[in-house]
Parts: sequence; C-alpha cells; structure tokens
Amino acid sequence: MSRSDLLLKIATRTSAALSATVVLLILGFLFRDAAPALREIGLSRFLTDPSWHPLYGHFNLTPMIVATLATSLGAVILAGPLGIASGVFVHFYAPSALAAWHRRIVELLAGIPSVVFGLWGLTVLAPMIAIWGGSGQNLLTATIVLALMVLPTVAVFADNAVAAVPSESIRGAAALGVERWGIIWNIVLPQARTGIIAGVVLAMTRALGETMAVLMLAGNVVEMPTSLLSPGRTLNANIALELGYASTSHRSVLFVSGLILMLVVSLIVTAISWRRRSGQ
Amino acid sequence: MRRFLPLVLVSFLLATLCGCSDAPQSDVSGKGESNLSGKLTLTGSSTIAPLITEIARRFEELHPDLRIDVQTGGTGKGIADTRIGVADIGMASRSLKPDESDLITHQIAADGVGLIVHESNPIEGLTAEQVISIYLNQANNWNEVGGDKDEITVVHKAEGRATLEVFLKQFSIDNTRVKADVIVGENEHAIKTVAGTKNAIGYVSIGTAEADIQAGVPIRLLPLDGIEASTATVSSGEFPMSRPLNLITADEPPQTAMEFIRFCQSTGVHDLIRSNFFVPITSEPDVAQ
Repeated sequence: MSRSDLLLKIATRTSAALSATVVLLILGFLFRDAAPALREIGLSRFLTDPSWHPLYGHFNLTPMIVATLATSLGAVILAGPLGIASGVFVHFYAPSALAAWHRRIVELLAGIPSVVFGLWGLTVLAPMIAIWGGSGQNLLTATIVLALMVLPTVAVFADNAVAAVPSESIRGAAALGVERWGIIWNIVLPQARTGIIAGVVLAMTRALGETMAVLMLAGNVVEMPTSLLSPGRTLNANIALELGYASTSHRSVLFVSGLILMLVVSLIVTAISWRRRSGQ
Repeated sequence: MRRFLPLVLVSFLLATLCGCSDAPQSDVSGKGESNLSGKLTLTGSSTIAPLITEIARRFEELHPDLRIDVQTGGTGKGIADTRIGVADIGMASRSLKPDESDLITHQIAADGVGLIVHESNPIEGLTAEQVISIYLNQANNWNEVGGDKDEITVVHKAEGRATLEVFLKQFSIDNTRVKADVIVGENEHAIKTVAGTKNAIGYVSIGTAEADIQAGVPIRLLPLDGIEASTATVSSGEFPMSRPLNLITADEPPQTAMEFIRFCQSTGVHDLIRSNFFVPITSEPDVAQ
C-alpha cells in the first residue's frame, strides 16, 4: 500500500470513528442524566400516567410523542410533493433564467433561521389561523411552518436526483414520442427515487428535531390532540420550555423526553433504511 | 444567505471583543477602593440578566481590573452553577425552595406579575375569584366575568417558570387543575400571543408588560381586585402579586462577589433598576455581613 493510501486510510477512519463517537457520547450522556428518573419512576409510567405535571409527580409523555410525530409527518406530507414538484419544475418546465432564480430562492429559504420562521408564524400566520377559533397556536400552524422549513431539503435533493437521471433515457423516450409528463412520471421519477427518498428522510429528521419554531407555534398544551386545530407540545419543545427552570429531579425527567425523542428518530431512520434495503 | 453567515458571525465576534477591551480602559479615576481584580461569573435567570449586565458595567468602571461575566440560562441553571462553583453568583427570579436552603439569597429588586388582555378587550378588571374560575375552566366566556360574548383563550406558563409559581401561589391554584389553551415559556412569548389574540388572557412580568405597552404593543394590564397593576403599585406594596429578584451565593462567596452584591443592593443602582422596569426594594437591603 502506498504512503498516500495509508494516510487516507488513517484520515477517513479517524473521522468516521469521530462522528460515530459523538453520537454514542450524546446517547451516553442522555442515559446518564435520565438514569435517576428512570430508576425512580420507571419507563412505563412515562406512557401510562394521567398527565404531564412533573412537579406534581405525573409524567405522561404519550401526547408529546403523538404531537411530535403528527407535526413532522404532516410537514413532510406537505413539503414532499412541493419539493419534488420544485425539482421537476427547474429541469423540465422553467426557462433557464427562472430556474436559476428559483434555485436561489429555495436556498434562501433554507438559510432563514428557525426563530425568524417562528416569529413570522406567531405574528402573521397564527392570527390568520385564529379565524377558526382560539389563539391560532396549534398543530396546524406548527405543521405549516415546519413544512416551509424542510421544503428546501426535499427540493434540493429532488433537484439533484432529477439532474442525475441519464439524459439518454430522457432523449430516448422523447424520440419514441412519449410526452413530457409521461417522461417525468415513467422515466425520471422512478430513476430519481433513491435520491428523493433520501431528501424526504432528511427532511423528516430535521422536522423531528426542530424546536424553536414549534415551541413558538404549537400551543404547548400537553393533551392528546383530537384534531389538527388542537394545541400540542413536542418532545423537544418540552425540553426547551422547562429545562431553564427545572430543579434536579425535574431535569432528569426532561432528559427522559430527550431520550425518547432519540429513540423515535432512530426507530424511524432504521425502519426507512430497512425498507429501502428490502425494496431494492 | 448562508455564504454571508460566517461573515456576520465574525463581525459579531469582533464587536464583542471590542466591547470587552473597552470596559477596563474607561477608568473612572479618583473613585478610590479599586483594589478588586480578577473575574466574576454570574449565571441564571434571563429576567435579571439584562439588569445585572448594566450594573456590572458600572461596577467594572469603578474597578477597572475586574471582569464580570453575565450568562443566562434560567434560574435553575443559576442555582445549579452556584452549587457546583461554576458561577460565583447565581441569579434567581424567585425565592429559594426548601431543598435549596444550602444557598444564601440577596434580594436586589422586586418584579410584579400582572394579568394582561388585548387592548381592544373592554373588560375593566377582574377579581381573584374570576381569575380562578377562568383558569380552572369554570368560566369559558368573557360575558361570564362581565365582558363581551367571546370565548376566553387562556394563556398559561410552562411548569417550572417563576411567574407561574407566583401566579399559582397567589390564587392557591393546583396546576394539575388548570385548563389552558396555550402554554408559553417566556414573558415576550405570552405578550405576543395575547397581542395576536383578541380574546386571550395571560399573566406576565409587569415590568416587561409596561415596557412593551410603551413600545406600542396592543395589550393592557388588568387591575386585580380593583388594584391597578403597575410598577408603582408593586413598589408601594399595594399590588399583591410580586416576586423577588435575587442574587444567590454559596456558603462562603469570595470577597469580590460580596462587594458586587452590596453594590447591586445600594441606592446607587436604583436608576438602572427603574429603567429596566423593575422595582427597587424600599426596605433596608438584607446586606450579608
């Protein structure tokens, strides 16, 4: 093995090991800080207690798990088609000048900080949604803003995936007289599938991890949501809301909600990668 | 946008650095007793931090060799940091709980907690019973407490917040019985929610509310049991709902820390306390010996 090969081997292995260690360290830290609560309270009570009132000894996290999944799934359902459409649009429908501008604007959307999204949602979107009653701070508002936040991720991945489709297949189909829509639906999208799915997964995990905007918009009441217009609190919003003022035992309980969030995220990622492997 | 982010960050960093080097240089000569040096770290309540930062700047002018570092993170962090010695002084916007009695409090100011509604809400005031019935969901409509026919949107605080504790204690409410429509964290979040919702009610730091009303935010502080909610009535002791703003220390704080606490409790910083919309404590400060 040549010298440069050896160097490269060492460098890649170290960086790979580093990134893996960081995740493990964070997990270990979460476990360590959640341990006192898990030992005293037990995991099952976090799912079966009557409510979430940590200072009064009630620790039910189930409504938050549901709210977290509902907002993130909703965001991906909204942003997915929009993002894919944006990727297809820039390649097949937009004049090149417009395509360049469109790309730039989508990238700009990705650069907007989440507090700004939250503030906009709080002062503009929430009062509009309040027409249907209440304060307008509910799961729907949070989902819409989350969708806007993850849209660039789907759009950029879809854009790249569509660009990677071999032009021979597209030209070949066109030569056979297939219409534009037929080419997109039958040739391009199936071939771009892997890339698009990667974008959707990344968008989903980003939506699951988003805290600030959701905290400002979801209403944060810990109740099992009955409709899209009910307020709800996500697991991360729970940590951000209460950690600053939590004393020792309360803190440990909040780390359990962090741990459960990690669990939910890893379950989803594992499920998707397992499905993808079995699908191929 | 992303491309510019590093640039913005760097310029922020530079600005902060300039700020740091400025303070020790601007020595106010002739003030004597500038024998304090080293570094003092304070962490804790984000309510108190802006006030302490201003006081610290003034203190640094008197003692050019001293650096005071003020960090936020909530009362909980302040208490934890003071305990393990990461911070010399903690900032707590509530009284200490029984399981925190290993620490010493030094009150520097007081802050009222007042009820707020949207500016357009015609309600003139509420009694304690009415507030309780609204928060326990026994009264669901403003016309049940003497207002227009509009459903009430109840804005409540997240568990652990200092204003929440003051509120619950004042009305002797058990938090598990409260039925809220929105739960918020910070005062500003509560104010923005009420300002954006015509029929909402919430409770926030009176100081913050007064500052926002002055800035034109469409909210109104409601009188409670006929007593106007303002920094003036909190100061005179008439308004019942208030909380102490405390500095906390471990058993034996360093001398520098004690000097700084004494300075915070002196009448010389009352102008800063007032300009931050808090209430100076009129009684003799409990200066630790």
